[in-house]
Amino acid sequence: MKLTEKIKHMDFSFLSSVIAIAVGLLFGLIILLISNPAQAMGGFSTILTGAFRDMRSIGRIMYFATPIILTGLSVGFAFKTGLFNIGTPGQFIVGAFGAVIVGIKLPQMGAFGAAIVNFKLPLLGSPHWILALLAAVILGGLWALLPGILKAYANVHEVIASIMMNYIGMYLVNYLVLNTVYDRLRNQSLGVAKSAIIPKLGLDNIFPRSNVNAGFFIAILAVIVIYIILNKTTFGFELKAVGYNRDASKYAGINEKRSIILSMVIAGALAGLGGGLLYLAGTGKYIEVVDILAAEGFTGIPVALLGLSNPIGVLFAGLFIGYITVGGDYLQLYDFAPEIIDIIVASIIYFSAFSLIVKNIIDRRRIKLGGGKVQ
Amino acid sequence: MNTIFFILRQTLTFSIPLLVVALGGMFSERSGVVNIALEGTMVFGAFTSILFINTVQDTMSGQFLLLLAILIAGVSGILISLLHAYASINMKANQVISGTAINMLTPAIAIYVARMIQDVQQINFNNTFRIPLVPVLGKIPGLGDVFFKDAYITTYLGIAILIVSSIVLYKTKFGLRLRACGEHPHAADSVGINVYKIRYAGVMLSGLLGGIGGLIFVIPTSTNFNATVAGYGFLALAVLIFGQWKPMRILFASLFFGLMKTIAATYSSIPFLLNLGVPNTFFKMTPFLATLIVLAFTSKKSQAPKASGIPYDKSSR
Repeated sequence: MKLTEKIKHMDFSFLSSVIAIAVGLLFGLIILLISNPAQAMGGFSTILTGAFRDMRSIGRIMYFATPIILTGLSVGFAFKTGLFNIGTPGQFIVGAFGAVIVGIKLPQMGAFGAAIVNFKLPLLGSPHWILALLAAVILGGLWALLPGILKAYANVHEVIASIMMNYIGMYLVNYLVLNTVYDRLRNQSLGVAKSAIIPKLGLDNIFPRSNVNAGFFIAILAVIVIYIILNKTTFGFELKAVGYNRDASKYAGINEKRSIILSMVIAGALAGLGGGLLYLAGTGKYIEVVDILAAEGFTGIPVALLGLSNPIGVLFAGLFIGYITVGGDYLQLYDFAPEIIDIIVASIIYFSAFSLIVKNIIDRRRIKLGGGKVQ
Repeated sequence: MNTIFFILRQTLTFSIPLLVVALGGMFSERSGVVNIALEGTMVFGAFTSILFINTVQDTMSGQFLLLLAILIAGVSGILISLLHAYASINMKANQVISGTAINMLTPAIAIYVARMIQDVQQINFNNTFRIPLVPVLGKIPGLGDVFFKDAYITTYLGIAILIVSSIVLYKTKFGLRLRACGEHPHAADSVGINVYKIRYAGVMLSGLLGGIGGLIFVIPTSTNFNATVAGYGFLALAVLIFGQWKPMRILFASLFFGLMKTIAATYSSIPFLLNLGVPNTFFKMTPFLATLIVLAFTSKKSQAPKASGIPYDKSSR
């Protein structure tokens, strides 16, 4: 194939993300300029370069990216199967609770608990943290089960059902923390056992004091698994087919109700895993008993949008959000509030909602150049 | 008896913002635009108006200041809703994404601006708006105790908005057109209605009421604004669905949800409820659980506007 032919067939859809990011950053720059013109350029270059100032900052990018890659993967996977999973905050915190309760209670469960805690796997330490993560996965999946069933059998829109589940989950977790693993002094959950903390695997030597741990590798593993499910298996094909056209899939012999439920449950399990990874990182993160939805859950939405719901794209989008968050943390040096990053991210999502228009423009140009409709 | 009056007053305090915001959501959804940005709209309306109160409260106070603040809250609500309208109507964007963006944007703006101008993110205000006893009316036994004692004019405003909204939706040409655009925009277009304009109007009304709702939620329940309305926008969305997109049912839904909120908030000070032994959490969850249950049983014959959430494209007729 000649080069021009190749370009004609290349997928340019990622350009819409690049444009959204550029416009979002520009918007951020304008706000910096309005609020303090003298410091604006310094502040802006800190957002862009701050994350690369030392190895610790690079490690922090990965630490921040880990949970939001999972929630992004959750939202993205659901998108690919035709569902909008806005329930990530609920699934995330319910999963986190699963991880925390297993992380605290397992060692107290007699001989069985002690055996697991003291067992040593090569390289990975005690299997305790793996079991705790498994609890996060199961509970996260369970939390998405009801919206899935309601969608499949009662035709309830999953966005509305998931929003309700977010609040039910938040209140339920607060209640359960209060009654099981409550630290009265700090109004939060107790710390998990040492054996439940995800091992660092030497990452703390490469990226000192950055909190990055093996959870990042688990996130990458999840990305690969979801990529394979979606693109290389019949199962994934069926899930996607139901997303494109429920009736046609049913006609083709796919159990469409089962597919919808499974899609939601897998999405929920991913978000739950994200919650487990954050709260087992051993970095002073505890479940606070406050009536606020988990921010990491909602951040999954921009991550999925920027990554165009493609698992590999989600990985890079998660790293990107981590990167500007770390850069934004240094903004206080310039007397700017770090919330400018949230403003930038929000405007990036807003502009990425326009991706349809961008795609149409690109397609139209292409038809002009190539003389035929591509895709 | 006093306890009951207190609970009823509290219920009104919690219900009125829900009512106003849900009515706003109703206008948007019945015109065909899903608006999950109600939370963000409330935050923005509350932010600008509380900031305004904070700035001028040394020179002004009382009901006149509150009315000015309501005006500002409404206008800023409209402004932020224009973002949603532009994305969902002109750009035919995914309405849930655009709504999510606004929900993330406005708290960030509120915190950023507050911290840039006064270093802390809480914006304090003096509550000079409470009316301890309305003359004459407050003396009516029962009714006076509930509606005219420790009252806010926002309560009466909310009731007025309910009445006006019902009339606009069911008794005016505009209301008929609005409903037509939400049910079957192509049919509406074919008889000469400008679907884009009507939908803009619907979204802007939701911005107006959402912004006002943000302010009247914060005023009676707090003495500062901390860039959040505590999930009230999403609760209003639940009210809207629970009320099946109809004004009177929305009123009952918001009173029911308001009562649940009140019980959750005043639980520990009321012996009767304390003795029931039902955990506080249960009352907090009930509105959301109830909405899920209603959804599960009604969605087969749901009253939701048929074209809600679908961008209108003239050429796809």
